[in-house]
Amino acid sequence: MLEYWRNRWGGWNTSGETEFHNLQELRHSASLATKVFIQRDYSEGTVCRFQTKFPSELDSRIERTLLEDTVKTLNTYYAEAEKMGGQSYMEGCLACATAYIIFLCMETHYEKVLKKISGYIQEQNEKIYAPRGLLLTDPIERGMRVMEVSVFEDRGSSGSSLSSSATSGGSAQR
Amino acid sequence: MHLGLDEPVRECQYNQICTRNSSPMETLSHKKKRTPRRKWQIFPGRNRFYCNGRVMMARQTGVFYLTLVLIMVTSGLFFAFDCPFLASNLTPAIPVIGGVLFLFVLGMLLRASFSDPGVLPRATPDEAADLERQMDAANGSSGPGYRPPPRIREVVINGQTVKLKYCFTCKIFRPPRASHCSLCDNCVERFDHHCPWVGNCVGKRNYRFFYLFILSLSFLTIFIFAFVITHVILRSNRSGFLNALKDSPASVLEVVVCFFSVWSIVGLSGFHTYLISSNQTTNEDIKGSWSTKRAKNNYNPYSYGNVLTNCCAALCGPLHPSLIDRRGFIQPDTPQPLSHSNGSGLYPSTQNHTHMAAATPLLHSDPVMMGRAGPPPSGKTSLGGPCSSLAPSQPSLPSSMPGLGCAGDMLTLRDPDAHCHHHHFVSPEEMPSPLGPSSLVLPFAAHGGHLNPAQLYDPASQDSLHEDSVRGLVKLSSV
Repeated sequence: MLEYWRNRWGGWNTSGETEFHNLQELRHSASLATKVFIQRDYSEGTVCRFQTKFPSELDSRIERTLLEDTVKTLNTYYAEAEKMGGQSYMEGCLACATAYIIFLCMETHYEKVLKKISGYIQEQNEKIYAPRGLLLTDPIERGMRVMEVSVFEDRGSSGSSLSSSATSGGSAQR
Repeated sequence: MHLGLDEPVRECQYNQICTRNSSPMETLSHKKKRTPRRKWQIFPGRNRFYCNGRVMMARQTGVFYLTLVLIMVTSGLFFAFDCPFLASNLTPAIPVIGGVLFLFVLGMLLRASFSDPGVLPRATPDEAADLERQMDAANGSSGPGYRPPPRIREVVINGQTVKLKYCFTCKIFRPPRASHCSLCDNCVERFDHHCPWVGNCVGKRNYRFFYLFILSLSFLTIFIFAFVITHVILRSNRSGFLNALKDSPASVLEVVVCFFSVWSIVGLSGFHTYLISSNQTTNEDIKGSWSTKRAKNNYNPYSYGNVLTNCCAALCGPLHPSLIDRRGFIQPDTPQPLSHSNGSGLYPSTQNHTHMAAATPLLHSDPVMMGRAGPPPSGKTSLGGPCSSLAPSQPSLPSSMPGLGCAGDMLTLRDPDAHCHHHHFVSPEEMPSPLGPSSLVLPFAAHGGHLNPAQLYDPASQDSLHEDSVRGLVKLSSV
C-alpha cells in the first residue's frame, strides 16, 4: 500500500530509478555513442503504437527479429491498455459513479499495464540489450513520443571504429 | 566575452516556476543538502502548479474563481433560503438531490481545472536534434535559396490523409488531434479548447470531466431555477407576490443568475453532446476538418461509426496517465526538454544543433512581435559580440541574429515596455546571467548558422502556430 502511495504521489521514478542504476553501471564501463529513436506509428489513429521498421543504425548491433519482437510485444501491451471493452467501460462507469474518488485508492487499468511494460523493458534490457551495449528507455519517460535506444561504446576498446560506423549509418539513413 | 558557467540566473520575480540556478546539474553537485527538486519546478510551459505539483492550472485563473464564486453563492443561497421552505412544504428530497448535484458539479469542476489536460512533454535535445537531422536529410540540399522545407508529415488513418504538423516550440511532430495551446504554451493531446471558465485547457485527459461538469451544471441550474420559481409561487399563493419577494429576497438573485446561465450552459452541453456523439473536438469542428465542404469524400477517421460507441469511448474509455510526471524528481542524468522561456532548461553539453533548434521558435515568432511592438531597442545589441559571426541573411531583423545562440535572451532583446507584463519573459536586467550556459554554444552556432536562417522564417507565413502565437500575444497584451 505504501509502495502504491509512493508511486502515485511521488512520480513514476521507482522503476526509472532502477533503470538509472543499470544505466550508471553501463556508463562506468561504456560511453554513450548515439541515440536511435523509434517513432510512433499513427496509421491506426491516436492509439499508442511504435513503428516496427528496423532502424538501420542498429544493423551492426542487434538482430532485426529481436528488436522487432520487442516493439511488437510493447505494441500489444499498449493496445491492451487502451482497449475499449467491457472492463474499461465498467471501470469508467464505476469511477464516474463515485465521482472519481475511487482512483485515490485504486490504480487505473492503464497504470497497471504501464507497470507491466516497465517490468518487461527492464527484463529485455538485462537479457538482450545490455549485453549488446544498448539500452531501451521506457517510452513513458519520453512522453510516449519515441522509444529511445541508447547505443553505448566500450571505453578504451575498439570503440572508435564502431562509433564511426554508427554515426555514418546515422547520416546515411535516408 | 566570456561568462562563467556557475553564474546563477537571477530569479524571475513573476514566474513562480522560474529556477534559481543556471542548470540543475550544478544545483545538484554544489548543493547536495538541498531537497531534490521536482520536475514541475522546471516545467517549460506557462502553467501554474500548486500543492507541490499535484494541481496544474493555466496562468490566468481569474475567471475560474468567478465560476467558483457564482456556483457557490447561488447554491448557498438556494440551500439557505429556499430549501427550508421546500423541504417542509414539498419534500425533503429536494435539498438532498440539490446537495448531491452541487457536490458533483464542484467535484467535476475541480477535477477538470486541476488535472493535466494531456500535455505532451517537449522533446529532449537529442530527439530534437535527431528530427532536425532527418528533416535536413529528407529535404536534401535546397541550395542557397531560402525555400523553406515543409515541416509536415502525412499519415493515412482509416483511409483519410491526415497532416501532422511540426511544433516549433515543443520540437515534435504533433500527434493527430493534438494542438498547441498558445495561452499555456503546451502541445495538448486531443486538444478541444482552452476554457477560461475552468482555468485550464480541455484535452484528452480532462474532457470527460469538463463534459460532466457542464452537463451536471445545466441540471443544477435548471433544478435551482425551477424550484426557486416554485418557492416564489407557493409563497405568493399564501401571502401575495410582493410579500413573497420580501420574505425571500435571495430568490430574485438566484432566478436572475440561473436565467442567464441556463441559455449558455445548456447550449454548450448540447454542443458538446453533439461533438461527443460524432467524436470530434471543438478545434476540429471550428476548423471544419471533417466537413464535406472541404472535400467530397471527407469524413472523420476517428469516429467509431455509431453514436453509442463514440459516447462510451469519450466518457468511459481508459483514463490515460499524465505524461509530464510533474511530481517526479529531477535526475541529474535525465535530459530535460528545451525551454526557451527561461534559461534554466538549457544544457551546456554538446548541443550545437539543439541550441540552434532552441533558437528557432523565438526567431519564428519574431516577425510577429516586430509587427506588434515596433522595432527593437537598438541599445540592447551589446550581447552581440561573439554572436555577430552569424552574419544575418535577413537584414530586417538585425538584432535577432546575434541572439541565435542565446536562446533564452532573445525575448529580452526585443521585449519593449509594452510587453513587460508578459510574465514569462526575463527582464532586461537579468540578461547577462543566462548567457552563461549558452556561451559555449556560440562557436557551434557559428558553424551551423548559415544553414538555419533560411529555415527559420519559412513556416511563419503558413503555420497556424504563427496565428496561434499572434492570438496568444494579442490576448495577453489585452489583459
